[in-house]
Amino acid sequence: MLAINVFVLPIAFGGRLHFPDGLVDADTFVLTLPMAEKQEGLALLVFIGGLSAATGMVIVETIALSTMVCNDLVMPVLLRMRRLRLNERADLTGLLLGIRRGSILLILLLGFLYFRLAGEAYALVSIGLISFAAVAQFAPAALGGIFWKDGTRRGALAGLIAGFAVWFYTLLLPALARSGWLPLGLLEQGPFGIALLKPLELFGLSGLDQITHAMLWSMLANLGAYVVVSLLDSPSAEEHRQASLFVDVFRRSGDAPGARFWRGTASATDLHNLLTRFLGAEAADDAFRGYAQRKGVRWPEQPLLADAEFVHHVETQLAGAIGAASARIMVASAVKEEALKLEEVRKILDEASQVVMYSHRLEQKSRELEAASAELRAANERLKELDRMKDDFVSTVSHELRTPLTSIRAFAEILLANPDVESTQRQQFVGIIVKETERLTRLINQVLDLAKLESGSAEWHVTRIDVRELVSDALSGMSQVFTEKGIEVVAHLPERVAPVSADLDRVIQVLLNLLSNAVKFCDPAQGRIEVTLVDSGDWVRVDVRDNGPGIDAGDQKIIFEKFRQAGDTLTGKPQGTGLGLPISRQIVEHLGGRLWVESRPGAGACFSFTLPALRRSDLTPAGTKESAA
Amino acid sequence: MTRKVLIADDEQNIVISLEFLLKREGFEVLVAGDGEAALQMVAEHHPDLVLLDVMMPKRNGYEVCQRMRARPEWRGIKIIMLSAKGRDVEVSKGVSLGADLYVTKPFSNAELVAQINALLASA
Repeated sequence: MLAINVFVLPIAFGGRLHFPDGLVDADTFVLTLPMAEKQEGLALLVFIGGLSAATGMVIVETIALSTMVCNDLVMPVLLRMRRLRLNERADLTGLLLGIRRGSILLILLLGFLYFRLAGEAYALVSIGLISFAAVAQFAPAALGGIFWKDGTRRGALAGLIAGFAVWFYTLLLPALARSGWLPLGLLEQGPFGIALLKPLELFGLSGLDQITHAMLWSMLANLGAYVVVSLLDSPSAEEHRQASLFVDVFRRSGDAPGARFWRGTASATDLHNLLTRFLGAEAADDAFRGYAQRKGVRWPEQPLLADAEFVHHVETQLAGAIGAASARIMVASAVKEEALKLEEVRKILDEASQVVMYSHRLEQKSRELEAASAELRAANERLKELDRMKDDFVSTVSHELRTPLTSIRAFAEILLANPDVESTQRQQFVGIIVKETERLTRLINQVLDLAKLESGSAEWHVTRIDVRELVSDALSGMSQVFTEKGIEVVAHLPERVAPVSADLDRVIQVLLNLLSNAVKFCDPAQGRIEVTLVDSGDWVRVDVRDNGPGIDAGDQKIIFEKFRQAGDTLTGKPQGTGLGLPISRQIVEHLGGRLWVESRPGAGACFSFTLPALRRSDLTPAGTKESAA
Repeated sequence: MTRKVLIADDEQNIVISLEFLLKREGFEVLVAGDGEAALQMVAEHHPDLVLLDVMMPKRNGYEVCQRMRARPEWRGIKIIMLSAKGRDVEVSKGVSLGADLYVTKPFSNAELVAQINALLASA
C-alpha cells in the first residue's frame, strides 16, 4: 500500500506545480495533467485504468461487505427467529445467495446515495477519514472488552451511541450542510443561534481541523459513556463469564480452547449433518477426517468423541462459510448446551477476586472467632464462679439441713432405746424434735423461696398499698412477742405517706424479717425497737432500729449474703437460717427499692428499706384520663 | 475409773442429746459452747476425749484441734470431730490436723458410743 503511494508523489508534485492556484481537484491530477499537456492517448489509458480499478474495487468491496452483512447481520437474525424454522431446512445455499445479492444491491444504492448527497463537497480522502472516524468509535468497546473485566454490555452500547451521535453531529451534519441539504447557518451560528453548539467548534473548541475536533469530542463522549455506565451497571453472570473468557484469555492458554467453559452434550452425527448442510457432504467429510487424523482416530471406522474441542472445530469450519455469529448459533442448536448454573459460573469466574473476597471473609471470620472465644472465656470464668458458688451453696444448705436433723435423729434414737425415760424429760425431748422439725421446714421453705426469687419464677401480686397501714398492722401482729420479751416499741408514723406499688405479702415478709431480727438482737434486758416511716417525695422509707450490740463495718456486707450471720462477734450462735436478709433484699430490689443497714458496734443497728412512691401522674389510671378528656 | 468426755458444740439441742447419751453410758460429761471455752475446759479438766464440732463461734473446731495437738501434754486426749460438713476436703482436713476420727452429722447414737469406747480402749 505504502509502496504504491511512491508513484503518486511525482503526480501530486506535478499537479501542484502545474496548477498552483488549486482550481483543479487534486483527485483528478492524474487525468488533468496529461490532458493539459495534450496527451489524449495517455489520458485515455489513465481513464480506462482508473475506471477499471474503481470498478474492481467497488465489486470486491461490495462482495466483501455483502458477505459480512449476510453472515454477521442477516443470518444470525434469521436463525434466531424460530418461526422461520431455518434450523430444520436441509439446504440453505439458495437463501444465502439471495441474501448476499440483496445486500450487494443495497450497498451499491447506499454508496450512490452518499455520493449524491455529500460526495461532491469532499475529496476522497475526507470521505475516508470520516469513515475512519466512525469506525474508530468501535475501539473503546472492543479494547475494553478485551482488557477491562468490568465493562458491561450496556456500557458498550452507551459508549457507541454517544460516540456515533457526536460523530454524526460534528462530521456528517456539516457534510450534509455543505452539500446544501441543510442550512449553512447551522454551521456558522450554531443550532438556534447557540454558538457553543456549533458543530465545527463544539463548546468553543476551535483551532483544530475538523477530523481531529470530531475525534476528540466523539471519543470523549464514547469513552465517558462507556466507563460511567459500566461502573454504574453491575454485569450479569453471563457477561461476567464472557468478560472473564476474553480478558483472561492468556491466563487460560493451557486449557483446551473452551473446554473448561463448555458443558454440553452433542453427537458426532448431528455435527456432521450440520456441516453437510452448509459446506456440502464432501467438505464435511474432509473436516471430520482432518480432525480425526489430528486426534489419531481412524474415522469413520472409529467414532469421534464430540467433546468441547471437537465442537469448537466444527464451529470454526462453519464460521468460514456462514460467519462466526451464525456458526455459533447453528452449533448451539445442534449441541444441547447445559446452561451453567449461576453458582458454577461464580466458581469458574473471577477467581482472583473470589480469592480476595474469600480471604477477606476469612479475616472477618477469624476476628469474629477471636471475639467469640474471648466471650466464651469470660462466660466460662463466670460459669466456673457460678459453679463454685452453687457448690458452696449446696454444701452450706446441706450443713444447715444436717444440723437440725442431727438433733432429731439423736433424740428419736434416745427415746427408742430408752423407754424408761422420765415423762418430763420425754416431754422435753419430743418438744426439741418438734422444734427442730419446724426449723427444718422453715429452712427448706426459705431455700425454695430464695431459689424462686433468684430464678425470677416467683409470682408477684403487685397492688397499690399503703405502707403506713402495713407497718401498723405488722407491729400489732408482733405485739405479743414484744410484750413477752419486754421490748419497748416506738413507732414514728406520719399521717399520710404516698402509696406504693408493691406485693403486700412480700413487703410484710420483709418487715417481719427486720422486726424479728431486731427482737433477736436488741438489748436482752432493756430492749427497744424504733420504727420510722418517711415519705421523701420519690421514695417511701421504713427504718427499723434496735439497741443491740450493732454490726461492725466488715460484717455489714456479709449479713446480706446467704447463710452468713455476724455470729462470730456473739457469744451464742444466733437463731435463724441466715436467709432472711438475702431474701428481703431480693424482694425490695425486685420492687425497685433498696435495703441497707447503718450501724456502729455498741450503738445498735438500723435497717432501712425504700420503695418507689407512686406519683399523681402514675395514680391516674388510663381509663379515667380518657373519660376526663 | 470414770472417763471424762468434753462436748464442744454451739448447737444447744445436740449438746443436750449427747450429754444424756454419754451420761447413760457412764461417762463424766463436760460441756463447752464455743472454741475458746473448749480450750479452757481442756486445760482445766484434762478430759480423756473431746467431741469437737467444727462450726463454732470464736474458734472453730479445726483451730481447737490444732492448738490441742500443739501441746505435748494433751497428746493423749482423743479427738472426735463432729460436723455437718461432710465433704472429703473437710474430713481429710480434720484428720490431717490430728483428729482421731471425723464423724458426719447426723450420726447413729449407738455407733458413736461404740467408736468412743473403741478409741478409749486403745489408749
